[in-house]
Amino acid sequence: MEYGFTIAAYVVAAVLFILSLGGLSGQESAKRAVWYGIVGMALAVFATLIGPGAGNWLISVILIAAGGIIGWYVANRVQMTGMPQLVAAMHSLVGLAAVFIGLNAEIEMVRVAALQAAGDVAALDALKGFALKVAEKTPAEINILKVEVFLGVFIGAVTFTGSVIAYGKLAGKVDSKAKKLPGGHILNAGAVILSVVLLFMYLAGAGSWTLLVMAALAFFIGYHLIMGIGGADMPVVVSMLNSYSGWAAAAIGFSLSNDLLIVVGALVGSSGAILSYIMCKAMNRSFVSVILGGFGNTTGPAMEVEGEQVAIDADGVANVLNEADSVIIVPGYGMAVAQAQQAVSELTRKLRGAGKEVRFAIHPVAGRLPGHMNVLLAEAKVPYDIVLEMDEINEDFSDTDVVIVIGSNDIVNPAAQEDPNSPIAGMPVLEVWKAKHVIVSKRGQGTGYSGIENPLFYKENTRMFYGDAKNSVDSLLPLI
Amino acid sequence: MKIGTPTETFSGENRVAMTPDSATQLQKLGHECLVQSGAGMAAGLTDDAYRAAGVTVVDSADALWSQADVIAKVRPPSDEEIARLTPEKTLISFFYPGSNEALLEASKSTGANVIAMDMVPRISRAQKMDALSSMANIAGYRAVIEAGNNFGRFFTGQVTAAGKVPPAKVLVVGAGVAGLAAIGTATSLGAITYAFDVRPEVAEQIESMGAEFVYLDFEEQAQDGAATGGYAAPSSPEFREKQLEKFRELAPEMDIVITTALIPGRDAPVLWTKDMVEAMKPGSVIVDLAAERGGNCELTVPDQKIVSDNGVTIVGYTDFPSRMATQSSTLYATNIRHMMTDLTPEKDGNIFHNMEDDVIRGATVAHAGEITFPPPPPKVKAIAAQKPREKPRELTPEERRAEEVALFKAQTRQQVTLLAAGGALVLIAGLFAPASFLQHFIVFVLACFVGFQVIWGVAHSLHTPLMAVTNAISSIIILGALLQIGSGSVLVVVLAALSVFMAGINIFGGFMVTRRMLAMFQKS
Repeated sequence: MEYGFTIAAYVVAAVLFILSLGGLSGQESAKRAVWYGIVGMALAVFATLIGPGAGNWLISVILIAAGGIIGWYVANRVQMTGMPQLVAAMHSLVGLAAVFIGLNAEIEMVRVAALQAAGDVAALDALKGFALKVAEKTPAEINILKVEVFLGVFIGAVTFTGSVIAYGKLAGKVDSKAKKLPGGHILNAGAVILSVVLLFMYLAGAGSWTLLVMAALAFFIGYHLIMGIGGADMPVVVSMLNSYSGWAAAAIGFSLSNDLLIVVGALVGSSGAILSYIMCKAMNRSFVSVILGGFGNTTGPAMEVEGEQVAIDADGVANVLNEADSVIIVPGYGMAVAQAQQAVSELTRKLRGAGKEVRFAIHPVAGRLPGHMNVLLAEAKVPYDIVLEMDEINEDFSDTDVVIVIGSNDIVNPAAQEDPNSPIAGMPVLEVWKAKHVIVSKRGQGTGYSGIENPLFYKENTRMFYGDAKNSVDSLLPLI
Repeated sequence: MKIGTPTETFSGENRVAMTPDSATQLQKLGHECLVQSGAGMAAGLTDDAYRAAGVTVVDSADALWSQADVIAKVRPPSDEEIARLTPEKTLISFFYPGSNEALLEASKSTGANVIAMDMVPRISRAQKMDALSSMANIAGYRAVIEAGNNFGRFFTGQVTAAGKVPPAKVLVVGAGVAGLAAIGTATSLGAITYAFDVRPEVAEQIESMGAEFVYLDFEEQAQDGAATGGYAAPSSPEFREKQLEKFRELAPEMDIVITTALIPGRDAPVLWTKDMVEAMKPGSVIVDLAAERGGNCELTVPDQKIVSDNGVTIVGYTDFPSRMATQSSTLYATNIRHMMTDLTPEKDGNIFHNMEDDVIRGATVAHAGEITFPPPPPKVKAIAAQKPREKPRELTPEERRAEEVALFKAQTRQQVTLLAAGGALVLIAGLFAPASFLQHFIVFVLACFVGFQVIWGVAHSLHTPLMAVTNAISSIIILGALLQIGSGSVLVVVLAALSVFMAGINIFGGFMVTRRMLAMFQKS
């Protein structure tokens, strides 16, 4: 098949991918957008399979099919609450693939160089695919190629181990507390510097071992970097890894001279970068401080919290709800953990059936993924037009009778506004305490991920509804 | 200290300023209580009941006035009573100092301290001694009862075997304490209640009591009630015209009208004119709670109940609280008791007349031979001033233009700087890098731009699907593996095959998850 056809197919695929991302601007168009993505991917794979440079297409098709079946199965089985870890796990696959492809490029380079050195014209003529391209390259181009390969492997390796750790933390298999080896960031910085040194050695022709050592170092960086970031920052981490996987793909695209790879890699990379930026902004923290892990040092002692937490039982909560006209529900990670979204949805239906105004307030960083809460609520069939974001609803709290906080903590912490010494000072929060009543459904008296005391729980209009979110909400349902 | 309560001398006044209950509380403050014999009879409180509470019952007014250090009563003192005051005595009663200047002068010359219960400032801390409110509450309730007494029908609508009864329609004009109490009583009796007030901010209170706010479409009505301590201020002639027009429209429908509109320090505004009365159905009732100040209704005769030519009953009584003497005495005595609590900070029976205290200072009209009326404005505002509506200042066209230009310049500067820096970098790269690299580089840069532009448009709630989609399409890396899988080297083939496999998982898994997520989003 002609090379021209493949390029043309790539152009169409690239346009489809852009449309696919652009279509996500609205819920309805998003359903169409995902099909653009699927068709674009199918087209790209098909064009590559029949295009120049491919071989062993039978194996390829079989492997794609096998992988596809596994992917299909896993994606269908996973609970919606397990979405964050699944996305993180899938990022790791892209990262590892990038490492392998980068290593392949190096192997091919070595092989071609050996053939050229031996002057084996027949063997050189027999080369096809990527090896052929390598053989045609000038020394300057080979150097560029080496840089690209090096970058691709580096980013891919960081993405791989980073995603594996992120997956572990999100799935609860790794302790989600921020942990660092002794030496902390010095270790990371050292590894990065060493990698740069290795890059120069590699360019100077020190051999493939430099690439492998660098890959090992990058694996370590990915591991150590993500281990050092606390659970509360996971939305940023996941979108950051998403971005990395895109840049890795772009770097590989450069080394393989494949424009579609570059385009899509750049799209994914910039998308992840913007998402990370949005998340950081929502937490009022700089990207660097998130990456460096943990919350920044406080400048003084945090405000002492006075008062006590007043508990309330299901009957009390039901009474308050029955008398209320307007209710706002603020879900957080606790709702996801307790799988309470169905119960919450049922509660919403009942309250709405009783003629009450029920709305949801979603903080940009609620949950462990950007938009995590929206997805969970959507799964539980909560209509999306009553699910509002922070900016849309923050002014309405003062006119609201009851706010139910389900499993969120830092995002409703008034200390962010009241206590300049608080570690989260200045972070935009949902101003739930302005409502007439606040009911906080919480497992116990502990602090949230950030470990910060929450003065909301001590306010006069706040009542603590202790217990697992799902059981709590379920116990409410018959009383409404 | 001895606190004494004489029998009210004003004819028809049934209230009394001390009850056995309040006396018990006063004694706990260390005071001794005196009461003139028969003072509580009209309110249903016998001398025996007082004695049982440890109150000394004194036979004559003279004896009481001479023995007591603090005299608590309801009505303003008569001239005769004023004459009995001496410098060390304190008088607590309603006083209306604004319209009783002669009385004020007279009490000043006695040298006694006079505390006017009607001058207690309207701040949160002083609510417990706000006798005007507690009396107004009773007046509002009683107004509805009086109206019902003179109204020939049910308040509530009924469908009975003997026919259908339409519900009564009640209009309450002025939604102060009395007005709100009237609304509450009327709605709980089952009437359809409407209410009007010049202060739009009370609409919410009116609705919370179950009445419908009569909305007046008028621009100028944004009075700030907070500035006048929660009371209404006089309105402009145009507003008044509009208001009367609305009432004229409502008059034929209303069965009962209760007017409570008062402006502090002025005669009551006339809001229910003669023609409105004439427009009402025979048998309708008007209760004018402002009768003492001339009345809101043009036909009101203070202290009397009259029937107009077309059969509308107009009740102009001025003694509603006194008509419920038991209830009003209880509340008033409690207000007095709270005032005494503030005057006895140490609870040791010694009065400390603290003129620094906002509440005591505000209520004191004569102190140590001086007239201390009017008081300075209280340090604490009665009602928190409503936050000024954040209204962005209208910019003049020139200012807007200048702002736009400045913004444009700043953006231009920023963009030019970025472009120059970026361009320089690319040029430097171009000096060293081969042309084939730069071709791809162009594609890369353009793709980044497109990505940035597109992603900003993504809805916030779709960030998770966005991540899933980008995750799925990042498996485009499969292309790289597919290009290598045809290699001659076994190792390359194996690694490439692994990559293809992993990317395959990702493609299907990623898109599948995205579709599942998006399928769940639904409108209500």
